[in-house]
Amino acid sequence: MSLSTAFFAVIRRDLILAFRRRAEIANPVFFFILVVTLFPLGVGANPKLLQAIAPGIIWVSALLAVMLSLDSLFRSDFDDGSLEQMLLSSHPLTVLVFAKIVAHWLVTGLPLLVVAPLLAIFLGLPEQAWGTLMLTLVLATPVLSLIGSIGVSLTIGLRRGGMILSLLVLPLYVPVLIFASNAVDMASNGLAVDPQINILIAVFFMSVVLAPLPAAAAIKMSIT
Amino acid sequence: MNSFAEFLGMGGYGMYVWPAYGIAFVVLLLNVVLPLIQRKKLLRDLALKQKRKQQ
Amino acid sequence: MSIVPAPLLRFYHRMASPPHFYSFTDKLLPWFVVIFVLLVVAGLYGGLYLAPTDYQQGDSYRIIYIHVPAAWMSLFIYVVMAISGAIGLIWRMKIADVVAISSAPIGASFTLIALVTGSLWGKPMWGTWWVWDARLTSELILLFLYLGVISLYGAIEDKRTASRAVSILALVGVVNIPIIHYSVEWWNTLHQGPTVAKMGKPSMHIDMLIPLLLMATAFKFYYAIAMMLAAKVELLSREQNSQWVKKIVEEKS
Repeated sequence: MSLSTAFFAVIRRDLILAFRRRAEIANPVFFFILVVTLFPLGVGANPKLLQAIAPGIIWVSALLAVMLSLDSLFRSDFDDGSLEQMLLSSHPLTVLVFAKIVAHWLVTGLPLLVVAPLLAIFLGLPEQAWGTLMLTLVLATPVLSLIGSIGVSLTIGLRRGGMILSLLVLPLYVPVLIFASNAVDMASNGLAVDPQINILIAVFFMSVVLAPLPAAAAIKMSIT
Repeated sequence: MNSFAEFLGMGGYGMYVWPAYGIAFVVLLLNVVLPLIQRKKLLRDLALKQKRKQQ
Repeated sequence: MSIVPAPLLRFYHRMASPPHFYSFTDKLLPWFVVIFVLLVVAGLYGGLYLAPTDYQQGDSYRIIYIHVPAAWMSLFIYVVMAISGAIGLIWRMKIADVVAISSAPIGASFTLIALVTGSLWGKPMWGTWWVWDARLTSELILLFLYLGVISLYGAIEDKRTASRAVSILALVGVVNIPIIHYSVEWWNTLHQGPTVAKMGKPSMHIDMLIPLLLMATAFKFYYAIAMMLAAKVELLSREQNSQWVKKIVEEKS
């Protein structure tokens, strides 16, 4: 089996498994909507205020939704030993791990994109910022999955890794949060957002290249 | 600076300067004292363990 | 022919052996303590007494003699932790693992000191205890990075595995720190403007600068002392079943 066949086989397998458990796909999306809904209840429904903090709310909620979905990235494969099989296979673990991250993003990150316009309406985000919001989500949610894969592979052997996972992952999410929410904020004020988008593109490629390496190393460490 | 009291006063900023130095001192002291205590305790525990094995 | 000089290589191999490291640090520690005390006394005397009062900030600026060196140390120790973690990961060197994890609480302490002293300095300058200033915010995130390392190490029972996990995390962190720092700086200039005064301006009076450098060097020696003390405990507890530890225990009792 060639490397690319193995890569797509892993993605296909993960997608099939995910569609058998549809609730797991829906959960992060519901969480995302629910958290955003809590904000008007907490800070008051003043449209001006909501519009001003909308980029921050949407992005913080997206961050938390991705983080909570991370556990399903390796959990079942770790428990049933498939991860060990991947480690023993002739293909480099880094590539297989990357395939798993891609599949995970398709299942958990992509649905967030679909509901994002709804949340933009909820919070009264100006229409001129919608395009930027979608663009930042397309560029940055994969980064969240990639960085998160490192944290989750470090804590996978732990009984209660949830709290530690958030401590490991959230500080690393800071740059993504800053650039993405700022881009949306600028766009809603009708300003140019090229620098932010360029930086997000750079961060995207950097994490595609760099993140699977430590994630694979951490999985090796957790298994052996 | 003429007197010791003036030195402690720090030109009116004494209540900010000295706590800063005090907190730094305490935190740095803890980082030295705790390992020393831990080492003492560990060596005592290991000695006890060895004695128990010999008996 | 190796590119590394032979004596250096010999030193490396010797330091890689735990009993040798243990006795070597015993010999080194008193010297370091003496140097540290001299530097601290000189630095504090220069900083708190000799250095002139700042014409803008009055005497409150004297907090920088701990704030700035502590902030430098907080970054320096993270880098040391990542490098020794990498050495431990690649060459499976036990001592490097121990040095990496023993550094973490000290680095976290310096980060905490930088935050608290920054806040104490900010109160008279800004009028509030906390301002989302770029430096303070970066330090706060750095503190979380340290806490992540410490709690990950504590959560994994097998200390060998824990060390490898910590090394991977520290390496990921060290790649991210410049990005985090840059992003926070960028965010700060957008939201605050340049009105917030910066601490430790590059154009410093020489009488103010010398004590600062003395304190910075003193903190380096302090780190070496505290790290060696912590490393010795870690080493003893990891190697408690080996012959050399048993010998030390017998000698003590």
